Amino acid sequence: METIFGVPVVALYGQLVLGLINGSFYALLSLGLAVIFGLLRVINFAHGAQFMLGAFAAWLLLNHFGVGYWWALLLTPLIVGLLGAAIERTMLRRLYTADPLYGLLFTFGLALVLEGVFRWYFGAAGKPYTPPSDLQGAANLGFMRLPKYRIWVIVASLIMCLSVWALIEKTRLGATLRAATENPTLVQAFGVNVPLLLTFTYALGVGLAAFAGVLAAPIQQVSPLMGSQIIIVVFAVVVVGGMGSIMGAIVTGYMLGLAEALTKVYYSEASNIVIFVIMAVVLLVKPAGLFGKDA
Amino acid sequence: MNRILAASLAALVMGAGPALAQVSDGVVKIGILNDQSGVYADFGGRWSYEAALMAVEDFGGEVAGAKIEVVTADHQNKPDVASNIARQWYDVDKVDSIMELTSSSVGLAVQGLSRDLKKITINTGAATTELTGAQCSPYGFHWAYDTHALAVGTGGALVEQGGDKWFFVTADYAFGYSLEENTANFVKEKGGEVVGSVRHPLATTDFSSFLLQAQASGANVVGFANAGLDTANSIKQAAEFGIVEGGQKIAALLFTLAEVHGLGLEAAQGTTLTESFYWKRDEESEKFGRRYFERTGRMPNMVHAGVYSAVTQYLKAIRQAGTDDGDAVSKALHEMPVNDVFAREGRVAANGRMITDVYLMQVKAPAESAEPWDYYNVLATIPGDQAFMDPAKSGCPLVQ
Repeated sequence: METIFGVPVVALYGQLVLGLINGSFYALLSLGLAVIFGLLRVINFAHGAQFMLGAFAAWLLLNHFGVGYWWALLLTPLIVGLLGAAIERTMLRRLYTADPLYGLLFTFGLALVLEGVFRWYFGAAGKPYTPPSDLQGAANLGFMRLPKYRIWVIVASLIMCLSVWALIEKTRLGATLRAATENPTLVQAFGVNVPLLLTFTYALGVGLAAFAGVLAAPIQQVSPLMGSQIIIVVFAVVVVGGMGSIMGAIVTGYMLGLAEALTKVYYSEASNIVIFVIMAVVLLVKPAGLFGKDA
Repeated sequence: MNRILAASLAALVMGAGPALAQVSDGVVKIGILNDQSGVYADFGGRWSYEAALMAVEDFGGEVAGAKIEVVTADHQNKPDVASNIARQWYDVDKVDSIMELTSSSVGLAVQGLSRDLKKITINTGAATTELTGAQCSPYGFHWAYDTHALAVGTGGALVEQGGDKWFFVTADYAFGYSLEENTANFVKEKGGEVVGSVRHPLATTDFSSFLLQAQASGANVVGFANAGLDTANSIKQAAEFGIVEGGQKIAALLFTLAEVHGLGLEAAQGTTLTESFYWKRDEESEKFGRRYFERTGRMPNMVHAGVYSAVTQYLKAIRQAGTDDGDAVSKALHEMPVNDVFAREGRVAANGRMITDVYLMQVKAPAESAEPWDYYNVLATIPGDQAFMDPAKSGCPLVQ
């Protein structure tokens, strides 16, 4: 059997596919963070908690309202996004003029409160959520047995990432959004409702986190801790990609997922630090991040 | 007021009656130190604190004329945080004994620190046999279970069923190593072999990579030497990747009622596991379980019931010794048999290990379960002497 550094090539393919799946989550989550940071200049530490909210919303919809996976995938980002809009309207926007540190502290506190409340009600061991019946079972790729649901995760994440990128970089709405961050006063003078745009942006970022949460629910236990376990990695992804760079966040998300997968094969103990090692190296060599424009 | 004054005066004059004067600061303070926000928050967590409160209430709230208090804190699974809290509890808050101590690295750190201060620790949450092995302490007790018991229970059962080739997915810290080593030794002793193992960081969400390696390894048993939410995620994803369908058996080496509840019977059914307590074991345990449920909305696992037992036994020891002095209480704990809702005819060995029966369980299928929390079929009772390591072979310097 052909091997690379002692690992059979076939096994390596399998691990790379898994890396792509984890990368899908990193990409979706870091995309949301990048959108919020790029346009609002807010470092949204509540992103992990909002990811967790998405998973719990899907669980609650299923268990209390009988709403299945597909509808949850559509409804949850809207519900959690609206919640995000409410948070932005009532609290977060008061901090735009203050030092960015305040926004960070506020969202961090918010995350702790959300997690604490959910832990109190649901416990740390979490709740089970089964994949939708159309996606149960596994497909044989020749080199591995891949659960159908995981294939769907890659597809869904790619579609969502590219749509959001296109929305911001290629549409008129996106152009207005970007203009509003460059010079809010001028854009407002053109008759654009800038505060509403900012609310929409935050809700979009939060909605993306919730979307990722629903995607994750059938893979992981739906647990209050699921957000805090992933969010630190996602921040590293954003830093490596370059703060605020939309495409950077997406590409780096997938790339680091793959890097992590390779580490798991060769030295699994280091799999949770490899991303931070990469981050440190990137910061040393290119402080603005791989895709960042300015430092 | 006058009566109290007169009484204390009389007590002073008469030398106070040995009991009252002997309890330091006039209050017996027990600290429940564990993970209340991380992956083991359901494994022990504030539910252990509730069990301790229940034990104190059942005991009458007083021992040797002194009031009993219970304090609790979250150690976040970090030995340094745990040591700082323990030190503050002993030095400033006058805590007399610390219990629960989930997570082996924390357990070892706090037991070591308490040994120097001659304070009693009773560990019901951590698993490593080191606590009663090379690092044993005359003031340290290990209550509910340990990695040896888990290895004998779950490992033994699977080897008997023909599971002779093992692949381990192991949590990367003291507990995981201890559990893997104990199980691997046991499997080899029985003629089996270990074909591979992989280590993962605590609080990992994605186990698929490790499962793929397990699948390719040619093992017929995949042993999860991890705990709490990590094991729940492992089992859930093992089902997703068709580990069992592919003919491999799953051994959840440390899996309790709390995690089975979180995972749900659909995903957990058929899993073999070892616990030293099940609320449906007999009438007495069921009565206890239902009382506990009324308080907390959940049934106790072996950690929670173990805390209840540990607190009760500690208080009984103080009553017998007439003091909360570390040496005297330790002596009483070593001498007294343990008979309560948790342990039947339990005894404490010279290395601090409490020896009692453990049970091999299999998780029921959803259709078999008659009510919520009715999750186990008891497959076998493993007598304490087989379940726990022979103290003479434990490597503990106190056993000679």
